[in-house]
Amino acid sequence: MEQEPILSVSNLHTQFHTKSGIVKAVDGVSFDIRPGETLGIVGESGSGKSITAMSIMRLIKDPGKIAKGDIMFKGESLLSKSNREMRAIRGDRISMVFQDPMTSLNPVFTVEKQMVETIRAHRNVSKKQAVDRAVELLDLVGIPSARSRLKSYPHEFSGGMRQRVMIALALSCDPEVLIADEPTTALDVTIQAQILELLQRLQKELGMAIIMITHDLGVVAEVCERVMVMYAGKPVEFAHVHELFDHPKHPYTWGLIGSIPKIVKEKVRLEPIQGLPPDLRALPKGCSFAPRCKHAMDQCLEVDPALLEESDNHHVRCLLYEEKEKVVTS
Amino acid sequence: MVSYIVRRFLMTIPVLLGVSILAFSLIHMIPGDPARSMLGSKANEEQLMQLREELRLNDPYIAQYGSFLGDLTTGDLGTSVKSKEPVAEELQNRLPATVELSLFAMLLATVIGVLAGVIAAVKQYSWFDNLSMTGALLGVSIPIFWLGLMMIWLFSVKLQWLPASGRLSTGTELETITNFFLLDSILTLNWEAFSDAFVHLLMPGIALGTIPMAIIARMTRSSMLEVMNQDYIRTADAKGLASYLVVFQHALKNAFLPVLTVIGLQFGFLLGGAVLTETIFSWPGVGRYVLQSILGRDYPVVQGTILVIAIMFVFVNLLTDIMYKFIDPRISFD
Ligand SMILES: Nc1ncnc2c1ncn2[C@@H]1O[C@H](COP(=O)(O)OP(=O)(O)OP(=O)(O)O)[C@@H](O)[C@H]1O
Ligand code: SF4
Ligand SMILES: [Mg+2]
Repeated sequence: MEQEPILSVSNLHTQFHTKSGIVKAVDGVSFDIRPGETLGIVGESGSGKSITAMSIMRLIKDPGKIAKGDIMFKGESLLSKSNREMRAIRGDRISMVFQDPMTSLNPVFTVEKQMVETIRAHRNVSKKQAVDRAVELLDLVGIPSARSRLKSYPHEFSGGMRQRVMIALALSCDPEVLIADEPTTALDVTIQAQILELLQRLQKELGMAIIMITHDLGVVAEVCERVMVMYAGKPVEFAHVHELFDHPKHPYTWGLIGSIPKIVKEKVRLEPIQGLPPDLRALPKGCSFAPRCKHAMDQCLEVDPALLEESDNHHVRCLLYEEKEKVVTS
Repeated sequence: MVSYIVRRFLMTIPVLLGVSILAFSLIHMIPGDPARSMLGSKANEEQLMQLREELRLNDPYIAQYGSFLGDLTTGDLGTSVKSKEPVAEELQNRLPATVELSLFAMLLATVIGVLAGVIAAVKQYSWFDNLSMTGALLGVSIPIFWLGLMMIWLFSVKLQWLPASGRLSTGTELETITNFFLLDSILTLNWEAFSDAFVHLLMPGIALGTIPMAIIARMTRSSMLEVMNQDYIRTADAKGLASYLVVFQHALKNAFLPVLTVIGLQFGFLLGGAVLTETIFSWPGVGRYVLQSILGRDYPVVQGTILVIAIMFVFVNLLTDIMYKFIDPRISFD
């Protein structure tokens, strides 16, 4: 029997009110995630992945705001929480690992200070207990001679080690949801693999849900169970990972999968998607992907497709799959 | 760290030598005969000869500089042509007055400037931001003497709240130990003198501190705005830290580095630039002393004073560098 979702995002709209117009960075995103599950969010740069994550954390700053939708965490709406209640959740129940470990840790504080303050922000423990916990966490993420490394500053660690520190920081209070926003993008390949392995191992041990944000389908294939593909702020395809790779349905996903370098009989095939993402301030009428879609039809310029369940648990937003007569009449 | 401080200390030696050469050459840069320029046209040949002898102006330059340096190492800064008093003795009384005033002005400027800058950055485009930055713009362009005179007119003449001149009221007793009056009154537990010295410091301190305060506020604001957009601030927020910790610890400690540079520089300028303030408020400091001696062509005094001020400038810089290291662990120790 499936567990209740720990986090559900429904119809989330996050917008930035800029001088040159309203940027619809996230435009109707919905998903559920259950304890212990890993959900992937993929899409090109600018598709709204990070803004989705920051919305869940309620860290959207002016001029941005969550315009519509809801975010439920353990049955309670995060959007109706006060700032103080939200601070108690951040870093404790829901925590986040960011893309660039070089810049995500404060350069002027020791790792000890940065870990201890997090633990003590959420747990009523003594300094010494917090230090012990920090050592335990650094051990957990595989940092050798943890206790002596506590006194080091971030610049004294390599990129991979720093990302381990970031992960340790995010795990300080045994979060129930971990949002990893491109946690391996800034690292080189061997380190990437180590970090992903670490995250999977920790998830098994600690049982948290992970939202894995990436633009790398290789990462998705390796760690995720379900995947949401985003384009221009909207989910365009949502499926189990095997289903997505075996039967991709959206033309944009075809492009993405085509753009993973495939070494077939020593021949490297690389098919990037032509064109650029649309201007989020002035989305075209009809399907946002139409200007770049090789399969676009006349009605694609007129009708904005809805996200429909094409087959079992496989959702797609594309007119190719809407019932013929519906397309014709609309 | 210790080795860094020692090394940085040693590095000041060539700078100090340079300063001493400059101060020494001053007297030789006066067009014409320095002795005549000091004594004026009414002096007779005998007086001129005597002064040249006293100042060793007849020796070769190298020998003159040598004895100048030799005197310095024994704490002899020369003797005033006018009063015949040793310059070092005069400075002993006046330097603490100037340093006390400058420290007070700098403290005021730093505390208020940094606070205003931080709030303005956190509440960017708010009324506070607009108001304080307009104020800062006015602050950097306001003439000190005008501000000083307006304050005297308002607070001393009209309202009669604050004393207009000096360091203590006549009649206030204070046993001087260091010649820093606030410090001396604490050391002797003389609270009456403390509050008297404090109210005397207020107006000159504000007059002197306004420009650095404005500069510090603007620097803090722009530095904070930049830092608040950094990834590690987002991390601090995502950890669920209280906002005041994010702003005053995580952001301010990073944003403070460029501000510290400004504080160091401004403090150096204050030490030298107290001339106007000290004149307006009859503050018995170095600034007024040097002004009087320039007007009176008392070159040994000018020489000695400039030397001391330059040395203080060098040490303030040294101190700034050392503090930099304490704040930013990334600066290498070499
Ligand atoms: N402060 C802001 N003001 C205006 N627009 C913004 C702001 N922050 C983000 N956006 C817009 O929101 C859109 C989504 O950004 P987001 O950071 O979520 O992209 P992403 O999918 O995470 O991309 P990447 O792979 O580059 O991280 C972008 O097009 C961006 O221009
Ligand atoms: S709706 Fe049309 S344009 Fe959009 S993805 Fe499908 S086929 Fe392409
Ligand atoms: Mg992103």
